[in-house]
Amino acid sequence: MNRIKAFGAFWYDFVIGDDWHVAAIVVAALALTAILTHAAGVNAWWLLPLCVFAALGWSLHRATAGKG
Amino acid sequence: MNALPLILTVFVACAVEAIEALTIVLAAGLTRQWKSTFQGMAVALVVLAIITAAIGPAISYLPLTALRLVIGALLAIFGLQWLRKAVLRATGFKALHDEASAYLREVAAAEAAPVQAKRGVSDWYAFTLAFKGVLLEGLEVVFIVITFGDNQRDLGAAVIGAAIAIVVITLAGIAVRAPLAKVPENWMKFAVGIMLTSFGTFWGAEGAGVAWPGNDAALLVLVPVVAIVSAACIFWIRSRTTAAAPAAAAEPQSSTEVLG
Repeated sequence: MNRIKAFGAFWYDFVIGDDWHVAAIVVAALALTAILTHAAGVNAWWLLPLCVFAALGWSLHRATAGKG
Repeated sequence: MNALPLILTVFVACAVEAIEALTIVLAAGLTRQWKSTFQGMAVALVVLAIITAAIGPAISYLPLTALRLVIGALLAIFGLQWLRKAVLRATGFKALHDEASAYLREVAAAEAAPVQAKRGVSDWYAFTLAFKGVLLEGLEVVFIVITFGDNQRDLGAAVIGAAIAIVVITLAGIAVRAPLAKVPENWMKFAVGIMLTSFGTFWGAEGAGVAWPGNDAALLVLVPVVAIVSAACIFWIRSRTTAAAPAAAAEPQSSTEVLG
């Protein structure tokens, strides 16, 4: 059981890393982009870059707030 | 897309991983026993070859759109992790990854561990240390090569970039017989984070169905924009830190370290 846990922890750390919010924002942004593009007919190429920058800024803010 | 940016991106990314693997292998080989260290490396390389042989062709059979969506998401997440850590290191919120001190830590642990023969290996500690180091760093190399190579439908160029990186770092390691402490590792990680995030964003959005203005040429805009935003994050955090605690302003690492 410990080996399965360790295996899962390794892959979680490998893919998701220190802040799972970043992964969640990227996945949500991709889903929204797909919906806008396919269902609403909007070529939302700008959405993912905006969300990526927001995810980076927010994650850095969370990591550094109150530690300066 | 021209193969040169692909080769360069994979080269820098894989060089970072090779430096980290080299540090661990040197610590095991120089303080314990080279024979067991090489055995550990060899077994790790065989395991990596099996994983690559299993995953590589399977990924190639996926439709390009689905591949770009999944791989783009993974690369963007992976790249943002690297960028986040590089920015935190550049602003002093996270210790710089110092290969020299990492090497000394590994050496101290290796010297303290007892010599134990196991399963035909004369020094089990050296074997497992080399095995884990090469396997973990090698997995990242495999991930980068397969994702970049498959997405660009140019696996050969990605393999060339990775092979050159591994050969160069190995030769440098043999030449100096010490961890490559002089390499500006955080700067390299910052650059790799920018490339992974940019390519991941580009492919992910394409996989989700968007058409980028200018098609592949959009990458020529996206990469500098990601770099500028990331650099701006460094200055933003530094200025905020300085404003919050003027006395501690001298403590954080200089942003020039990461920006070259």
